[in-house]
Amino acid sequence: MDLAVNSSAQGAALPASRPTKTRPANRPRAPRRIPMVAKLAYRNLFHDRLSFIVTIVGIVFSVVLVAIQSGIYLGSEKKIAAILDQAPADYWIVPLGTKSFDDPSPLSGRERHMALSVPGVAHVEDMVVSFARWRKPAGGTNTVLLIGSEAVSDRPLPWNIADGSRGALNAPTTVAIDKSYFPDLGITAVKDQAEINGVNVEIAAVTRKIRSFTTLPFVFTNIEEARRLTGIGQNQATYERVLLSDGADRDAVRNEILRRLPDTEVLTQTEFVKRSQAYWLFQTGAGAALIAGAVLGLIVGIVIVAQTLYSSTKDHINEFATLRALGAGAGYIVKVILMQAVLSGLIGYALGILLAMGVIAAAEDTKLTVVMTPQLAGALFAITIGMCVFAAISAIIKVVRIDPAVVFSR
Amino acid sequence: MSHPANSKVILEAEGIVKILGNAPTQVKVLKNIDLQLHTGELTLLMGPSGSGKTTLLSILGCILTPNEGRLSVAGHATANMNAEGLANLRRKHVGFIFQGYNLVPTLTAVENVMLALDLRDQSGPDAYDNAAEALEAVGLGHRINASPSKMSGGEKQRVAIARALAGSPSVILADEPTAALDAENGLAVMDLLSRVAQDTNRAVLAVTHDHRTLKFADRIIRIDDGRIAGSERPKLPGAEPLQVEAH
Ligand SMILES: Nc1ncnc2c1ncn2[C@@H]1O[C@H](COP(=O)(O)OP(=O)(O)OP(=O)(O)O)[C@@H](O)[C@H]1O
Ligand SMILES: [Mg+2]
Repeated sequence: MDLAVNSSAQGAALPASRPTKTRPANRPRAPRRIPMVAKLAYRNLFHDRLSFIVTIVGIVFSVVLVAIQSGIYLGSEKKIAAILDQAPADYWIVPLGTKSFDDPSPLSGRERHMALSVPGVAHVEDMVVSFARWRKPAGGTNTVLLIGSEAVSDRPLPWNIADGSRGALNAPTTVAIDKSYFPDLGITAVKDQAEINGVNVEIAAVTRKIRSFTTLPFVFTNIEEARRLTGIGQNQATYERVLLSDGADRDAVRNEILRRLPDTEVLTQTEFVKRSQAYWLFQTGAGAALIAGAVLGLIVGIVIVAQTLYSSTKDHINEFATLRALGAGAGYIVKVILMQAVLSGLIGYALGILLAMGVIAAAEDTKLTVVMTPQLAGALFAITIGMCVFAAISAIIKVVRIDPAVVFSR
Repeated sequence: MSHPANSKVILEAEGIVKILGNAPTQVKVLKNIDLQLHTGELTLLMGPSGSGKTTLLSILGCILTPNEGRLSVAGHATANMNAEGLANLRRKHVGFIFQGYNLVPTLTAVENVMLALDLRDQSGPDAYDNAAEALEAVGLGHRINASPSKMSGGEKQRVAIARALAGSPSVILADEPTAALDAENGLAVMDLLSRVAQDTNRAVLAVTHDHRTLKFADRIIRIDDGRIAGSERPKLPGAEPLQVEAH
């Protein structure tokens, strides 16, 4: 060993090319090993508390805003699809030009029999959907969406019945509404009376959590009652729900129905759902507004993170210059900055998603439907980390341009 | 030969010219400098303020690139190296000690040394013990977990020396390492550097204004207005007694 002779009172040999491996008992044990890049990153972050808090607040704000906007978007999609989701079909026969499930116009009345005679069709069910005028027992009127469905069905409507039963709707002049619409429709309990299009009806069943995406309440009734209340013909319906027999050639069936019923469209379940969602979310601009809100949240997040990260980098620029002088490659210091960004993102995401869940839980029993799924949470995570990394670009540009020569000019 | 036994040239500069500033205020700061550093030696670089000492040190340490001339460090010619190549060379072969210490304030003493080990790819399980040993060797065994903000200037400079030595680079470059220290601490640091230089695998070059440090020098190089103005080896038998000029 080329150890220098130690003449002073300092007591230990200078480190040489090969350090000796005896550890004195009084030296503290090595702490848990954290990679130096991570250590530099979190010390830099926590060093300036205020700027760290601003960063986290920015990310949390962004995560919550994007989560809520996307949650409302997904909730809207779910609400728009709610009735169709409950009545899955192989095909729907709808009047030509139907824009959405709740943009109803009647079919001609021969569709059911025509469809039933097409080879491969196993079952066809009528559904009546129509706007109707609702008069509250205490006076005052509302427009509602009346939905009439067949009593004998593998998937009868409505579902989620909390009070009364689907069977009770078989009696004439009975309807079912959701409990959440009681105040809007002037109802207080089952057996209350109201008027639809001038005809007296009785509330025979009450559902839970079946709300429409629009302001029009759903009113469920029997198919015959729906025809009577809306004044359409005995065989007429708004939509035909078609189920195919096993092994039927789907395309052949669709083409044959279309050939026989030229004034209709034949949509798959997904097509009908997507068409309804696209109508409400994009023809009306509601979805665009939600997406714009989410994008705005992202932009605010990026600006705040970029700004705080950049100023933190400026604050620590002498250390980065020292690192560079000591021979750190550009990659090393870029890693430190990226680690700061990712750490901020992780902390901000964790707090943000918790807060968003709280908001969503609080919105549970309101008219607002906000949906959080594992997929959305995962996407938000990726977006948050991506946003922080993107926001790090200006700080990275700053740091790789450091001239290490500044270390001597202090 | 006038060099110690088994000493070798570890750094070699030839015809170094450095122009600083932008036109029209360009200054030729270094004018054709030739210089060699030998292992096992502490070389002091002295000269008036503005004579180009820091500029020369920056070039020898591959932080600045010369406008003309050739430089080779530990056998590697620096011509045609890009910024990353020069950073590599610094990392592998050069340890720096600065007048302002330049410790990372958010890291403790031992972490500052571990940082240098990490840069030199020696961040294995022994890194902590190696860093602690390096601090013990500079007399700071009791302060390894102290933060730089709670250390005296002398202590900080000793941490900086331990950091420069971590990973055993073959060239140590120090720019006025004692300028910010009082007499006692300044002497302690110079004593330390002269012991560092006794490692026969290592050369130490220190810029200094401080005549009290001259007694530690194996070799003194004087620079004036960007030119080498003289070189002497005061410790060799028969060497002239040091001329201590007023400064
Ligand atoms: N970026 C620059 N642009 C123009 N001139 C510069 C620049 N940096 C340094 N100089 C000049 O180069 C000359 C040498 O500077 P240098 O810092 O190397 O001197 P020094 O010997 O280290 O001085 P000191 O003892 O005061 O530290 C000085 O005249 C200085 O003004
Ligand atoms: Mg200087």
